[in-house]
Formats: sequence, structure tokens, C-alpha cells
Amino acid sequence: MESTTDATEPAVAIRGVVKVFGAGTDEALTAIDGIDLTIAPGEFVSLIGPSGCGKSTLLRLIADLLPLTGGEISVFGKSAEAGRVDQDYGMAFQSAGLFDWRTVAANIELPLELMGWSKADRRARSAEMLELVKLPEFGDRYPWQLSGGMQQRVAIARALAFRPRLLLMDEPFGALDEMTREHMQNELLAIVADLDTTVVFVTHSIPEAAFLSDRVVVLSPRPGRIHSIVDVPMQARTAELREHSEFFKTATEIREALRAVEATIPSAGAPEPSPSTGEAAE
Amino acid sequence: MTAITGRVRSAAPAIVVGIVLLGAWEGLVRLFGVQEFLLPRPSSIATALGEQWAGSADTLGTVPLREAGLNTGIIAVTGLLLGVALGVVLALVAVRFTRLGEAFTPFAVAVNATPIVALAPIFNAWFGLTSAFSNQAVVLVVVFFPVFINTVRGLTDVHPDQLELMRSYAASETTILRRVRIPNALPFFLTSLRLAAPLSVIAAIVAEYFGGPQSRIGPVITQNASFARYDAAWAAIVVASAIGLGLFILAVAIERFALPHRPTEGE
Repeated sequence: MESTTDATEPAVAIRGVVKVFGAGTDEALTAIDGIDLTIAPGEFVSLIGPSGCGKSTLLRLIADLLPLTGGEISVFGKSAEAGRVDQDYGMAFQSAGLFDWRTVAANIELPLELMGWSKADRRARSAEMLELVKLPEFGDRYPWQLSGGMQQRVAIARALAFRPRLLLMDEPFGALDEMTREHMQNELLAIVADLDTTVVFVTHSIPEAAFLSDRVVVLSPRPGRIHSIVDVPMQARTAELREHSEFFKTATEIREALRAVEATIPSAGAPEPSPSTGEAAE
Repeated sequence: MTAITGRVRSAAPAIVVGIVLLGAWEGLVRLFGVQEFLLPRPSSIATALGEQWAGSADTLGTVPLREAGLNTGIIAVTGLLLGVALGVVLALVAVRFTRLGEAFTPFAVAVNATPIVALAPIFNAWFGLTSAFSNQAVVLVVVFFPVFINTVRGLTDVHPDQLELMRSYAASETTILRRVRIPNALPFFLTSLRLAAPLSVIAAIVAEYFGGPQSRIGPVITQNASFARYDAAWAAIVVASAIGLGLFILAVAIERFALPHRPTEGE
């Protein structure tokens, strides 16, 4: 299942993508209107924006969990659908989404089971993944016996168990407390660097986007469009970075872009989550 | 060892309350001289139960309680199994063919709200007064609805993220049904089984009141009552309660056995 990435081919290519919910009806809602974005292999790209900007919708379009209305999306040179069928990506959500009747190890092994791996191979891989997410002793536990942060680590282990080249994450740390969240961010970076995984990461949090990403895509709402893209300077993403002036500079740049987005929203005063804090969970 | 002593300790208050209640019943009936036909003493009921159990004493033409209990128990259990089977199968069909399920479920809920035991005389006419199926059918219909409604809820009440996850694995609807919906429905189904088990005995006895063979608990109660043998009628009620309680405990045991990964209450 391991695969080498062709450096010349983008991991994700999004061209002129349009998504209309309920197209052709009176309640048609344009969620995304003309997004172009190319993500290179190994890149970590965050999608940030106020609610209604279509960031989760864009993620689900890449995942082929929603049909496109217009434009095209390719994943490693194939259609998004082929990408899904070939299991080119793993996915993690805000809710860990673990199956509570399966042990932690069996949860991680589920995608491998569906792909027809032998029991011995599954065991070996889940043990390896548990090691990677620092839960080696927890394979035989059930999800309810784990804390929220631990459950989320299991979800990441499950998403990466079959070594997909692409990881799609929808606010995976949104429900965690601040300390756990920072800890998980450090671990995520170590894991995806280790496995050379491309990541598309939906978030509400400015510091999270600034810390994790190579590029931060700021989206504007109704309909969802790219407002601007913030390039994050290359640097070692260690815990110290959080106190570094470069980090604050990036965070400020994202914050200003989000303010500009806010200013374009016609019905000012709508109860949007304030982008200036960015930490507010929805 | 600790688990057993712990269980005994947690059951102890209930046992004490039970003994106190029986003692109070016995004492109050004696104290106020309540007539036996109004409320027999627990000791008289116990005596009647001993006499009527194997049928050695004068039973006034009614069958021994052991035999009546066995017959009613068989009707309740077979009706229960049929109703559970039908409920589960139709729940799976309703979920697999969503349109059909959406069309059918409101009727299921509506019929569930009607008193089904009222159908017993109709079933006697349909299936024959002496046929066991007349009574089994009442049990079946009574049991069917809680099982059907709960199982459908368990099969459909799956977290959307989990469904998206399965679709991201390119899993077919059949795979999703087998790997996600059915395990998700198991606790819901087992809860409905716990509800349905005692209902099956109630339904069987009420159905028996509307006629049919005399060798069952329902007719034994009515006959003894009409001969003013209230202690014997109460003894038959005790047997009926024991069957219902036994089925309930069995359902709870199945639930405990099938869901070992669930946090137990108080843990």
C-alpha cells in the first residue's frame, strides 16, 4: 500500500470548482463558487474562514463524499472518485468517530479489514500505529475508556493505518482543550513528516493554522471563495516556535486576512465566531 | 469472589425490602381480618401454590399449575421469538429499502398505539379457538412493535461522521450495514428485548382469557376465581409473574453477555 509520490504531480488539483446545494430548486445555495487551488505532495495546507465559507464542503469535495456541481478535482492525477475508491486518502473528523463496540486496535484495523489484509498484517500495523501515536498499551481497551485526546489520536492512527498519501482533517482538534490541542499538533506534525503525508486541514483556530501549515488558505463566505493565501515561512515547527516572533507575524497576517473577509460580509452583526480570537469552538 | 459478594451486597436491600413487604402483607391481613376472597395472605397463597403445583390436591377440574405454567410459557416464548424475528427482519428491510421503511414506519407507530390484545377474539376466529397460534399471534404482534421500532432506530441512528468515514473507505451499503449499522443497533435491540420479554407473558395470558384450551394460566385464574378459590387464583398469578420475571432476567443476562464492552452502571 506504500506509494512513492511523483514530485511533478500535484497531490490535489482543484480547478474552477463550484458547489451548489439543492441546484435547480428554490432553495439552491451556492456553497463554493470558483475555487482554484493546487497542493503539492508533502505540503500541509490549512483552510480557514468564517462559518459558511465552505471549507468543510471543499474538504468533502476532495474526498468525493459530495458530488461537484462544476469544475474538476484531481487527487494524484486521478479523479476524486478514483482517489476515494483507491483509498488515496485517510480522513479524520472533529468527533473521533470511533466505533464503541470495537477495541482501539480493531478500530485502527477497520480500514485494513475492508481492504482484505490478513489478520497478522493488521495486528502488526495497528501495533505500529499505536506506537506512533504513543498509545502502545491501549490496543485492547475500548474507546469509552480513553480520554478525548487519546480518542483523537486513535482516529489519526486509523486515518493513517493504510499509509494514505493524503490526509484530510476536518477540525480534528476542535473539541480538545488548549494544552491537549497543542500537544496533538506537535504529534501530528511528527507523524506526517515521518510518513511523508500531504495534509489538508480545516480549522477555526488562527494559531493552529499558523503553527501547522506551509500555506493557509483564507476563505470568504457566501459563496465560498479564496480570499487570500498566506505563505508560512519555512522553519522548524517545534514547541518553541509558538513563542517566536515569526509565528506571531504569520498569525497576525492570517488574522488581518480574516478581518478583511469579515468586512466583506454584507449582514454585519451576524453572530459569526469572532476570527480575532479564533479559539472559539463552534 | 469479590464480584459475587459485591453482587449479593447490591441485591441485599431489594431482598430485605421484599421480605418486609411480604411480612407487612401477611401481618396487616391478619391484623385487620381481611377476608380471604379480597386478599389472601401470602402464606395461604404459598400453601395453594404447593397444593396446585403438581395437581395432587383437589383442583376442581383445573390443570396442575406446573402444566398450565408450562403451556403458557411455551406460548409466550414462541410468540416472543416469532415477534422478535419478524421485528428484526422487517427493521432490516425498512432500513435497506429506505423508501419502503419511510412509508411503513408511521403505520407501525400508529398500530403500536392501539391496544393489540383487543385483537385476541378476532385471532381466535381467524386461526381457531383451539389453535395455539391464536394466542401466539397476539404475543407476536405485541412484541413486534417495540422490537421493530427500537431496531430501526439503532440501525439509522449512526453518527454522520462514521457514515462518511465508511464511504471514504469506498464501503458498500451492505458492508456499512454489517460493520456499522447492525453493531450500532445491538444495544437498541437488546433494550427492546428487555421490554418485550415480560410483555409476552402479559399478552399470552390476556389472550387466554378470551377462550381456548383450559390447560393454561389464564383459564386457571378465571376458573379458580369463579369458584371463589382466590388463594389458588393468586397462586396461578404467582406462576405467571415468575415466568415474566424469568424471561426478563434472561433478557438482561443476554444483554450483559452480548455487550461486555459497555461501561456497567456505577463504574
